[in-house]
Amino acid sequence: MPEALNLADDRRPERRAQARALLDRLERESPFPGAPRIGITGAPGSGKSTLLDALVRRLRAKGETVAVVAVDPSSRTTGGALLGDRIRVRSAGSDPGVFVRSMAARERLGGISDAARAGVAILAPVFDHVFVETVGVGQSESEVTSIVDTLVFVASPGAGDVLQFIKAGLIELPDVFAVNKADLGEVAAQTAHELAGALELGAREPGAWRPPVLLVSARDGAGVDALLEAIRAHGAHQQASSRLRARRQAGLEDAVLAQLALRYGTHGLAQLGGAEGARKRLRRSDGATSIALVEALGAEIESALRRTR
Amino acid sequence: MSPSDPARRDRPWVFRTYSGHSSARASNELYRQNLAKGQTGLSVAFDLPTQTGVDSDHPLARGEVGKVGVPICHVDDMQALFAGIPLDRMNTSMTINATAAWLLALYVAVAERTGAEPNALEGTTQNDIIKEYLSRGTYIFPPGPSMRLISDMIAYSVDAMPRWNPINICSYHLQEAGATPEQEIAYAMANALAVLDAVRARKDVPEDAIPRVVGRISFFVNAGIRFVEETCKVRAMTLLWDELTRERYGVDDAKLRRFRYGVQVNSLGLTEAQPENNLIRIVLEALGVTLSKDARCRALQLPAWNEALGLPRPWDQQWSLRIQQILAYETDLLEYEDLFAGSRVVEARTRELADAAREELARVLAMGGAVAAVENAYMKRQLVASHTARIRAIESGEQKVVGVNAFTEGEPSPLLAGSQAVLVVDESAERAQIESLRAFRSRRSAADVAAALRAVDDALTSGSNVMPSSIRAAHACVTTGEWADVLRKRFGEYRAPTGITARGETRTAEAASVRERVHRISDQLGRPLKLLVGKPGLDGHSNGAEQIAVAARDVGMEVVYEGIRLTPAQIAHSARDEGVHVVGLSILSGSHGVLVVDVLEQLRASGCADVPVVVGGIIPEDDARKLRSAGVRRVYTPKDFDLTRIMGEIVDVVAEARAVAA
Repeated sequence: MPEALNLADDRRPERRAQARALLDRLERESPFPGAPRIGITGAPGSGKSTLLDALVRRLRAKGETVAVVAVDPSSRTTGGALLGDRIRVRSAGSDPGVFVRSMAARERLGGISDAARAGVAILAPVFDHVFVETVGVGQSESEVTSIVDTLVFVASPGAGDVLQFIKAGLIELPDVFAVNKADLGEVAAQTAHELAGALELGAREPGAWRPPVLLVSARDGAGVDALLEAIRAHGAHQQASSRLRARRQAGLEDAVLAQLALRYGTHGLAQLGGAEGARKRLRRSDGATSIALVEALGAEIESALRRTR
Repeated sequence: MSPSDPARRDRPWVFRTYSGHSSARASNELYRQNLAKGQTGLSVAFDLPTQTGVDSDHPLARGEVGKVGVPICHVDDMQALFAGIPLDRMNTSMTINATAAWLLALYVAVAERTGAEPNALEGTTQNDIIKEYLSRGTYIFPPGPSMRLISDMIAYSVDAMPRWNPINICSYHLQEAGATPEQEIAYAMANALAVLDAVRARKDVPEDAIPRVVGRISFFVNAGIRFVEETCKVRAMTLLWDELTRERYGVDDAKLRRFRYGVQVNSLGLTEAQPENNLIRIVLEALGVTLSKDARCRALQLPAWNEALGLPRPWDQQWSLRIQQILAYETDLLEYEDLFAGSRVVEARTRELADAAREELARVLAMGGAVAAVENAYMKRQLVASHTARIRAIESGEQKVVGVNAFTEGEPSPLLAGSQAVLVVDESAERAQIESLRAFRSRRSAADVAAALRAVDDALTSGSNVMPSSIRAAHACVTTGEWADVLRKRFGEYRAPTGITARGETRTAEAASVRERVHRISDQLGRPLKLLVGKPGLDGHSNGAEQIAVAARDVGMEVVYEGIRLTPAQIAHSARDEGVHVVGLSILSGSHGVLVVDVLEQLRASGCADVPVVVGGIIPEDDARKLRSAGVRRVYTPKDFDLTRIMGEIVDVVAEARAVAA
């Protein structure tokens, strides 16, 4: 399985074809819903790695297997990346029921590379749970939403990241909020209040999921079970209302669009009627895998571009 | 009146030499020899398993037993360590931290066994966990419980062992990790305040005992090569400590506010190249902490000239001891009052350092103090940044190190002629220790042991002081690992933040060209070159590994930084799961012979036989040769200070292994 991940990451032309074939097959044959895909995001210093470690250990104690895709930023200047999450997710390494893959965000503007998306696709059929951990710096939240079923935002009390988050208009994205370091007492409770208040202000459709705000302490394990329960409940809610299918579908659409945009730019997408037009086309072509769609729509764009010359 | 009065010569500081290896018996012999040569106090070095609370036969102890210090698994080991040395007439410093409470318990138990009164015992337990989180890496438990253990020891000893220094707040390791003098002062003070606040918060320590507690706080300071600045540094620390203890803890008695400290001089700057130069460095560094009488150290440990090559032999330690003896007995230094009182230059620099340190201290306190600044990685990040700056300065030649990046041509040294100029630890020592440990376990009463462990656990859960039950456990023949396991179950284990920031930085032209090569080979490989950096075994000195990780990131590699305290199996599994192209191991504890071979085997077993391995650390040339024949592609030691060049070689190594052009 590491080989599959290496392959998905491989940019050489001959390998790309193999990787595409593999991912295509996975998309067609992976059982639905398969393993829940859970995103963990939050500002640096929010303690999300430690919290993830606590979640992983709890799940392992229940006999469930876990895969973690840990995404760290790449340096714009050097292209390198320091992927240090593993030392915090301590339970991995000697336990075969935990698999951790560290990935650099690379050059994607949103921060989540193709590799992370492919990684999730490869790991989901094999493990009971797949976590994607990213550093919450705004754009990556929206990107990671398209890869996961449930997005957990980890906030640090009193650190101001909640306010930034709200200001950036990102409050609609997470499905569960975890205020970490609950052992700090009052300041943690205060942050939870702020979040809950901000959430009240948003409009919500009837029957829609109401994101809970939980107090957790990764350090002493308080609230970890409640967090797992909230994640599970969100997953169940989505499945019951067929939102999960829609969400996964939207995620695939995002991936296709992103691929087309990367290859052909705005001008190319304009040949399909822009992003809106492209999405309409995608929704009409039911059943085709994302890779096949990229091929097909890409071919359309190319012939349209040739005609306009 | 004359400034000097030979008749009123001050008594010299305590002469110590940090030592221990192989077994209690071998170390005891060494101690007695050193005492006979004129050493006046002991400084015990424990092996890594003892420091990290595992018994000699634990899997993680493999290759580490008796290497960097003496293995002490139980009270018989402790008694053997001090055979023929009456504890009530010796001054013993123990460099022990996470397991300090246990080792002190063993020491007291031996005293009780041999008829020495515990309240007459003189010495020190280092017992400083914050610097472990920041640089040394031999912590076990998280900050909260660790502070509780520290304050237990202080509260216990202030009455039961009034001549004992329960803690040495260490600024030493901060300098070794790259700290500037201001940082060294500020973080040490922050650390001391965190400890005192923890003790003051205890219900079993009355308010009127606080001045006495303050009086028992002592420090362990570094003395670097910039000895004028170092003189000013210790004067600044004396000033600040006096101020802080008066203002924050209301200590009126000036004697109790005195800045008491011991020293080991800088080891980071000791070179592998032209190692004979190190003797000169050591002498000059000793001056920084002895010249100024008002701020003179109470005890001094001098490393040996060959510390960058390996473990010192008895002769090497003797040579360093002579430095102290000549300085104390042959010169007139101790006949004078303070040499610098009234010096415009020294007093100005002292004030400068004190002011800057006060600012930095205020910053740390504003975050919630030293523990908070550990957990949020602030202090660690500052240290990593200073260290990176130092390495760059040396790489660029801006900071000169004689024999390393300046004046590198020279005659071959006669000191290095012949066989290895280091102590070779007997490999059979580990086996012997394990056998003796097993025999010990079979002789004891299992019921007594179980009862004693329960009592320790009760102390932990009831919040009472852990010392009395630990001393009883020592008498009941509990082992180091067993005691630590009880605490591990209650407190959990901890991994400290690395302090490495996410931002990359462009460096020199050389770095740019290596980056080019990294990008080229990444194209060949199909994805960016991925490197795994980790430390197998129990050695926690992560500074070198961190700098390698940073340098690799800066030339465009994707680096999986695994951290410390890994088993060879964990490293191999990570290498496989992460799909790395090359593995870099860092070991400074002398266990490389065993552990590196284990990693190679585990890599083969995990299907990663084609992943090349490079190793860095304190590795004598003979061992390096053996490692290379075992399959290690490159071995790096302290003389390889040019990290950019190492990065280029890592590209070469991957190219060779993959048979691609680089």
